[in-house]
Formats: sequence, structure tokens, C-alpha cells
Amino acid sequence: MSLEKPTPDTATEVGVTEDGLDYDALADLLGGHVLDREEHVNAEGFVIRPDEVQEVLSTLKNEAGFDHCACVTAQEYDDRYESIYHLRKFDDPTQELSVVVPTTKDDPHSESAARVYDTADWHEREAYDLVGIDYDDHPDLRRILLPETWQGHPLSQDYNQDQPQIVTLRENANPLEEDHRSEDDPDTMFVNIGPHHPATHGVLHVKTVLDGEQIADIEPDIGYLHRCEEQMCQQGTYRHQIMPYPDRWDYVSAGILNEWAYARAAEDLADIEVPEYAQVIRTMSAELCRIAAHMLALGTFALDVFGDFTAIFQYAFRDREVVQNILEDLTGQRLMFNYLRLGGVAWDLPEPREEFFEKTRDFLDDLPHKLEEYHDLITGNEIFQMRCVDTGVLSEEMVKQYGATGPVARGSGVDYDLRRDDPYGYYDELDWNVVTEEGGDNFSRVLVRMREVEESARIIEQCVDLLEQWPEDEREIQANVPRTLRPDPDEEIYRAVEGAKGELGIYIRSDGTDKPARFKIRSPCFSNLQTLPEMSQGEYVPDMVASLGSLDIVLGEVDR
Amino acid sequence: MSSDQTPPAVEDVSTQEARMGDGVDDRFNSTLREAFGSTPFILTKFDKFMNWVRGSSMFMLQFGIACCSIEMIHTYAIKHDLDRFGAGIPRASPRQADVIIVPGTIVSKFAPRMKRVYDQMPEPKFVVSMGSCTISGGPFQEGYNVVKGAEEVIPVDIHVPGCPPRPEALVYGVAKLQERIANGESSPVTVKPYELEQFGDLEQDELVDKLADEIDEDDLVMRYNWDNSP
Repeated sequence: MSLEKPTPDTATEVGVTEDGLDYDALADLLGGHVLDREEHVNAEGFVIRPDEVQEVLSTLKNEAGFDHCACVTAQEYDDRYESIYHLRKFDDPTQELSVVVPTTKDDPHSESAARVYDTADWHEREAYDLVGIDYDDHPDLRRILLPETWQGHPLSQDYNQDQPQIVTLRENANPLEEDHRSEDDPDTMFVNIGPHHPATHGVLHVKTVLDGEQIADIEPDIGYLHRCEEQMCQQGTYRHQIMPYPDRWDYVSAGILNEWAYARAAEDLADIEVPEYAQVIRTMSAELCRIAAHMLALGTFALDVFGDFTAIFQYAFRDREVVQNILEDLTGQRLMFNYLRLGGVAWDLPEPREEFFEKTRDFLDDLPHKLEEYHDLITGNEIFQMRCVDTGVLSEEMVKQYGATGPVARGSGVDYDLRRDDPYGYYDELDWNVVTEEGGDNFSRVLVRMREVEESARIIEQCVDLLEQWPEDEREIQANVPRTLRPDPDEEIYRAVEGAKGELGIYIRSDGTDKPARFKIRSPCFSNLQTLPEMSQGEYVPDMVASLGSLDIVLGEVDR
Repeated sequence: MSSDQTPPAVEDVSTQEARMGDGVDDRFNSTLREAFGSTPFILTKFDKFMNWVRGSSMFMLQFGIACCSIEMIHTYAIKHDLDRFGAGIPRASPRQADVIIVPGTIVSKFAPRMKRVYDQMPEPKFVVSMGSCTISGGPFQEGYNVVKGAEEVIPVDIHVPGCPPRPEALVYGVAKLQERIANGESSPVTVKPYELEQFGDLEQDELVDKLADEIDEDDLVMRYNWDNSP
């Protein structure tokens, strides 16, 4: 509940020292499994054999305390395929380790990590789908983003983008034909929810098998908004062409938070120092985005639970309009801000500055009253409590297994917030708290978001004070960055920021040109959505819809 | 916010009396009526009347795809309030809707589903395409998975450009559509769309042969010829 994080009990974890990780000790722990060691910008990479993945990862998880498999990156080199498991710790995400698994070019087989980290299930399916690595011993290796009948793997080197493709419509077969399809249990019924459905928050398809009214089996089917974001970023130049795309990952006005993820990764890769003044502006605008994003989550959640298109939904959108007005004054856009630049921000605060500060302060002054109103309407409402308390429960254990982050993790009592644990921007200079709730149910997740809005408001207030007093001749908004940015070849980095939905990470590998050789997005929603079967097994359909709403997924970020 | 305003002085007039006003009861003599002159009848073609009705009361399909749908929600919600223009509350079922706003990027997996939803809407139906993605694929035009515009799949009446368009722009687009409907104008289909067809009806080629054991003859499929895309 405060910036002072309780010191974890790390005495038993191998390789933990006072000043960071001791990679030699970790290498000793793994012994002969480590074939080679690589130097990545964020951490060291241990190269291991493709048939020893489970053994190595479970040793690292159980004995060295790497309980968070943040991301799995797959890529193809000229001479090999490679999967990288980015491991870190929920207690201290600055302790990172990459496990690099190369496989041969002609027959890319690698052992699956899904038995060690549940979250690797979907990440490896994505790697198989887009890059084409086969994972042995994987529970269910199918395509995840592209249609099942797709030909080729689009991020592999020999993919021909102009070849024709055939896509079927059979997945959405008439559910009535599928009635009573299970022979041993004739009472189950198959129901398609989505991809066009008002409760799925976009184009998500949920395949549901009901037993009576309860959910017997559920599988989210994604990929209806797979817009090739990684390909787009690999085609763009670092300096200007990539920055517009992050706005479109998590598009519920969380643009600046996403832009920051790319900015942070690229700045650390190219060793760019951002001026302090620009960091304060970034921090302020990012938190404004967070408020807008949480307001939308709140409004649509009320819509899901009450079916209320009138009061709460409209109130939430009224408040979003205010935030969007402020952001529009600052960035010139309502939704797709494109405001951050590598090494700073696009421009200074709008003139006259006093007017901008006044407008922001007015918004902050009104906020407590409005939040009280929301609490009256939502969290204090008995019907709402009956719907949400103790439904969709997600345990702390499951959060860690599935790599869920953000309000979803904090609603289950996992004290994990990259703004504090892996500080960037101006956050460590400011006074604010990380919000956690212990319940793990739909109610806690909503409550976390509402309380985070208060904390964001506190951050913005302090930033406004700082900006107001900043001496006029020290308002430096942009560092000196070369016009064409070419990071050194073969540098690799994984960096994450706390987006509106959780840990938004970017992996970049440079090859000496002005475009990244591999650009991988670790989307928080992708991992969070994976927990849906866990929390809705045995629940009623409306409770599943509430759980889906409380996960607050954005399909643009799930599918990328 | 307006609580500091003083309430108007309460006068001892009932609502009914206030509406009646002074003098003779002229509730039936509206300004519209005055414009018609002495006759209480309007003479018009039935088709024209129906077009006017259609344009003045449109039911939109609640259909969100991507980023633009956020601005679309803002257009429906407080402040912009599309309902003021007689463009209705969003309907969740395509069978109750007569306008579909396509707000976002259409990718290969979604296009057959969108086509199906469009087919489920009753005639006459109209399409507003919102944002650059539905015009050409927008910023994702070069993507391996992105359909290059909504017109590849369904015919479009009004294009609203922008990434995303502002709510005002969408309101303008919908108002333009209403105007066209009221005038009885319809849009020509300019692009040959991708069709849903049975797998067995596809022309035999390498790809069809390869997929023959995965897909049944009578499964509906959509075939994308990316090298012919605009």
C-alpha cells in the first residue's frame, strides 16, 4: 500500500545479491545446461538446448525464484530459429533473465514450457502461428491469431505475402446443430458468444459449453483483430515511423502509456537520456490516459453488469470527454496522440500555460466528487455487490502462473506495479501509492481501478505543480537524437512499462539498420485473457460476462 | 454544477395553461400546419414518404471492431449524442438494424463474419464506413492479414475518413446518409466484393487441392487474392 515495498524473503533464492543478480551463481545452478551466455541490454541470456527447456525453466522457477514468465519471443535468423523466454520476478522485476533456445533451420523443434508456466501455452501458440517453431509436448499447439487454414508463417523469412488464402466460416456453425453433441453427457450445450456480441468488448469469440446454466468448458478464440502490428513496426524506422502504431494497440485513450513502452525500449537500446522536464510531461499525460482508460473500463463494466446504457455509462463518458479535451489541448488529438518522441515529447505545453493548468486543476478538483458519485452508483449498490462479490475469483497463485498483471493482478493481492518496482519517468520522485485488493473477485478488480484513478489524480496534481514552477529557460523537451537512428547491430532488449492493463513490454533486436530486425509486443491483455477459463469454470454465463468485463481487455492489444 | 442558479419564480400557472397560451386553443395549428396553408392534407408519393421516414428514424447496429468504435461510442454518448439527429439507439441484433457503421480494421478472419452479420440485416440496409482502415486498410494497409477496405466485402454508402474520425465527422457522415436516404439515392457498388462461397465451388488450383482434406465441400469459405488487392 505504499511506495516502500515490503522486502521479500529472498534468502533462499539463488543468485540474489545486494546489488542485483549474480549471473555466475545462476549459471552454476544450471551447470552443464548452459551452452553459452549472451549479453542483452536488460539482462543476460543463457543459451540452452531445445530438449532441456522444461528442466531448465523449472529449476529457475523453483530454486532461483523466477516466477514470472513475462514473454516468449520467437524469431528467425539466417541460420537458426530462436525462442527467448523473458523471465523476471513478481517480487522484484528488475531481476531479469533471458533463456535463449536456438533450434535448427530445417526442422525447428523445441520443447514446450507450458508445463512449467501456464502462460507459455498461448505465447508458444502465437510463436508457432507467426514464426513457425514446433513446440514438443505442448498441450494444444494450434494457430491462435490467424485462421486455421492459413498457409505459411508470416513472420518467417520465406513468407510470400501475395499468395492467396482461403478462410472458412465453419467455426461459427449454427449452435443448434451442435446441440447435445457430447455423447457421454447429453445435457451440455454449445454456445457461441461473439465475435460480434455486445458483451465481448470488441471482436472476441468465446466458445462456451454449458451444463444447464453453468459453464462446463470455455475457450476464448482470438485473432479477429490481428492487424500485423509487429510486421508494421518491423517495417518502420525507429525515429518516426513506429511511434504512431503503439497508440493503436490499446486504443481506449491509453495511447501515451503505450507510446512510452516503445519510447522506453528504444531509448534504452540507443542510450538516449530524456530531459527531466520532458519526463514530467510524459508522466502527467500518461496518467491522464490511465484515467481515461479506467473510466471506459468502469462504464463498460456497468453496461455489462446492469445493462445500463444510461446513467453510469454516460457519466463515465462525460468524464472521459473532459480528459480527452485536456489531452487534445496538449497533443492535438483526441485518441491517437502520437505525442512522445524518442528522447522527449513532440512539443511543450500549450500556450497560455495558465489556462492549461487551470483546466487540468478544475478537472482534478471535480474528480473526488465524481468518484463519490460512482461509488454511490456502483460499488455501494447492493445489486452490484451481489453480482460481483465472490464471482470470477482468481487466486494469487493463478495470477502468477498466467503472468497476469496490472489491475487484474493487483485485485488478487499481487503487489506488482512497474511504475514503482522498475521505475521510469518521474514516478519515483512523486508521492503516490500502489493499490492492491485481496479479494481476487470481479468486485476487487473494479475497486482497484477506481482507486487507481485517485492515485493517478495525485500524480497529475504533483506534476502540474512541478511544471508550473519549472524555470522558463530550463524547459527542455527533447534530447539530442540523430536524425536517422541506427542502434548498434545485434543488441537485444526487453523493456516494459505499466500500461493501463498491466505490463506492456517491447522486445527489440537491432541489426545495424534504421529499422528493427525483430519487434515483439508483450501485451498485458493477451496474458490476462488467458485467465478467463480459470475464473469462469462452473460459473453462470452472466458471471462470465462480468469476469470478462472486469478483465478489461482490448482486442487491439490482445491480437495486435 | 448549476446549483448556484436561483430557481425561477413559481407562478400560479399550471403546465397545461402555460402550454395553451392566451387566446384561442391553437394546439393543432403548428407552424408546419401553417406552412401547408388551409388544407390539412399532404399530397406526396408513397415512396417519397417512406424514404423520408427511413432517413428520419434509423436503427444502428451495435458493432464495434477497433479503435474507431471508441469514437463511435463517444458519438452515441453524452455531448455528441447521435440520437438528436434521429439516428437511433444502437441495436444489438442485426435483425433489428438498418444501418451498420463499420468502425475499424477488417482482417481476414473477421471479414466472413462481418459479411454474415451484414447478410442478416433486413433490407433496405445502409453502410457507413468509419476511418481509414475501412477505406483502404489505413495504416495497416501493408499487413499480411488486413483486408484493404470494407468495400472488398460489403457495399458502402458513406465513407468517413480519419484515423479515427472525430465524433463530429461521424455525425456529419450519418447526416449525409440520412439526406441521401430521404432523397431516395442509393450508392453504386464500385468494387467487386469478396464473396462467401462453398468450398466445392472454388476454382481448382494448388491451394484448393492442398486444403481439400481439411475443408468440406459445402463449408462456406472466403478466398483472398492478395495480389489483386488495390
